[in-house]
Amino acid sequence: MAEIMFWEAVQRAHDEEMANDPLVYCMGEDIGVAGGTYKATKGLYDKYGPERVIDTPISENGFTGLGIGSSFLGCRPIIEIMSVNFAWLAMDQLFNTAAKVHYMSGGQLMAPVVVRSPGGTAHQLGAQHSARMEKVFMGIAGLRVVTPSNPRQAYGLLKSAVRCNDPVFINEHEMMYNMKGEVPDAEYFMPLEGSEISRGGKDVTLFGYNISVYWCQQAAEILSRNHNIDAEVIDLYSLSPLDREGIKRSVSKTHRAVIVEEAEPAVGVGAEIMAIINEECFYELDAPPMRVSAENVPIPYNHNLERAAIPDIQNVVDAVLKMFGRS
Amino acid sequence: MDSDLKKKLLREMLFARRFEERCYEAYVERKIGGFLHLYSGEEACAMGVIEAAQAGHDYVITSYRDHVHAIKCGMDPKVVMAELYAKETGCCKGLGGSMHIFGVENRFMGGYALVGGPFPLAAGIAKGIKMKGGDEICICFLGDAANNQGTFHESLNMAKIWNLPVLYVCENNLYGIGTRIDRSTAVVDQYKRVSGYNIPSEQVDGQDVEIVYDAAQKAIEHVRSGKGPYFLELMTYRYRGHSMSDSNAYREKEEERMWSKRDPIITLLDRLIEAGEITKDEYKAVDAKILAEIENEVIRFAEESPEPSMDLLNKYVLTENDSYASGGSS
Ligand SMILES: Cc1ncc(C[n+]2csc(CCOP(=O)(O)OP(=O)(O)O)c2C)c(N)n1
Ligand SMILES: [Mg+2]
Repeated sequence: MAEIMFWEAVQRAHDEEMANDPLVYCMGEDIGVAGGTYKATKGLYDKYGPERVIDTPISENGFTGLGIGSSFLGCRPIIEIMSVNFAWLAMDQLFNTAAKVHYMSGGQLMAPVVVRSPGGTAHQLGAQHSARMEKVFMGIAGLRVVTPSNPRQAYGLLKSAVRCNDPVFINEHEMMYNMKGEVPDAEYFMPLEGSEISRGGKDVTLFGYNISVYWCQQAAEILSRNHNIDAEVIDLYSLSPLDREGIKRSVSKTHRAVIVEEAEPAVGVGAEIMAIINEECFYELDAPPMRVSAENVPIPYNHNLERAAIPDIQNVVDAVLKMFGRS
Repeated sequence: MDSDLKKKLLREMLFARRFEERCYEAYVERKIGGFLHLYSGEEACAMGVIEAAQAGHDYVITSYRDHVHAIKCGMDPKVVMAELYAKETGCCKGLGGSMHIFGVENRFMGGYALVGGPFPLAAGIAKGIKMKGGDEICICFLGDAANNQGTFHESLNMAKIWNLPVLYVCENNLYGIGTRIDRSTAVVDQYKRVSGYNIPSEQVDGQDVEIVYDAAQKAIEHVRSGKGPYFLELMTYRYRGHSMSDSNAYREKEEERMWSKRDPIITLLDRLIEAGEITKDEYKAVDAKILAEIENEVIRFAEESPEPSMDLLNKYVLTENDSYASGGSS
């Protein structure tokens, strides 16, 4: 088991899948000759050539639609959209076509495309470069949404996404590409559905995904060390479909739930998980579930305001303490 | 172009260059954050075009590479720098940043981060001008690679059929980040792409501010006289990387050398010296004055300004006290 960086894990999955199937290709802005903004396709242009590692024009809706069209014939494009903020432009093809074509063709067509894109707030990139869009994607029937929190998941989820016959949106994070983690040396396909227990605990469940898993893990350490609260951390790497069973299992054990999301609260991951808890295990609860979310604002440029707009570890700790009546 | 105007443009281009290069330093010192896209090398484009327009009267809109356009529209360089420093005295109070300079008082309608976004906005501003019956025009500056967005084609078409007073200026610096234009674009000469919309267009040297100025005068005259949109392509080059996180590794050193010989400031300076309209020493004195102004006024103002108050976080999400929103107007 080697320790590699997140971007290396994504690159390795590309490389293996392209070697395995000549109909797998990748495209996006500056992914070829330049190797990708976050190096996720580094070296592939030299290895597979310009027919399969394609530098696109700045035409997000166009090249996403082109990828979807090619998938009708069995190609398996891996489309990189440089930032989720630019994925807004491709939503027409993703939502109106990729998500619906299998259904509206009565099962005749499939759209096995993978769209990868990093989102999240990074360092002062401003309102138009700080979107967190997972909640929008996960609300669309016909689309799978996964969001890796570590290199192993980044590798295993991309591998499975390429082989899966459904369109898959992979929500990455701008701040996580240099994060290190262990990835199996052998080929590894991670299921696209489900969740992982990233830390076992008995007193409260912290639900996180992507970067918020880290906030949950670190909050759990503080809660255990300083407050004698044993938190479980559930990593919801699949946002659509959400793991109803996994959510129910954990809440039935701890009887308390805090959902931690980097996005604004409205119509979000937290809201959805609360609804699932309500539907699946309401009577297991010892306290109303809480969510820790971003402020309901566009992200400001100023550093202090930016930090204030998005949640941090302390916000998670505070929420749990409040739930336990200790603040 | 008369001698005074040439000297003024020389001074302004030099100011723009020094401003941008000082931003570079401030970024390295971590005084400026986020993405920073510099305009060094392209000064003649914004300067020549906006000089030919009525700055502060005509509307200007552009991309993230926006500081110089904002200043040329009449914005105070101090409030632009303070915005880059994310200070309360910045033009957007520290909420916008480098990619989002706004100066509505000066009719600088903003810098936008999404490639191709301003094309339809410019057409819309022109629509607004027309509906309100003004004699202004809207000038939209965007890069070459932006023309591969659908919005380019959609906007040209609408601007033409509705005869809107908009001037599209393409700053063709041959690259969209690291991708050279011939690798991303079927027709390299951008002005030719416009002919499909029956809009007059022209391509000129964007490194010679006099040529830019003359071409812009002609273009602006066309638009202002009610004949509809116009497209002006300026051939130019950016000296620095696409943004501070880009090293320019994809460009040939020879190409960079070739373009540096056609520097817009040096080109004009040499011409003025040759004509005996300025001496080297006079130029050096101007430069020294600019450097001092940037250091002692612009940078100092930004440095000494306060951080924005935390109350700002929620302040401009929606407009304040709207009686129709709250129901108080019935
Ligand atoms: C919709 C969208 N797609 C991609 C990007 C990333 N991006 C920012 S600038 C740029 C290149 C633009 O090149 P060009 O239009 O020629 O302008 P230049 O930067 O050369 O002035 C790209 C791809 C973006 N900001 N917005
Ligand atoms: Mg360009």
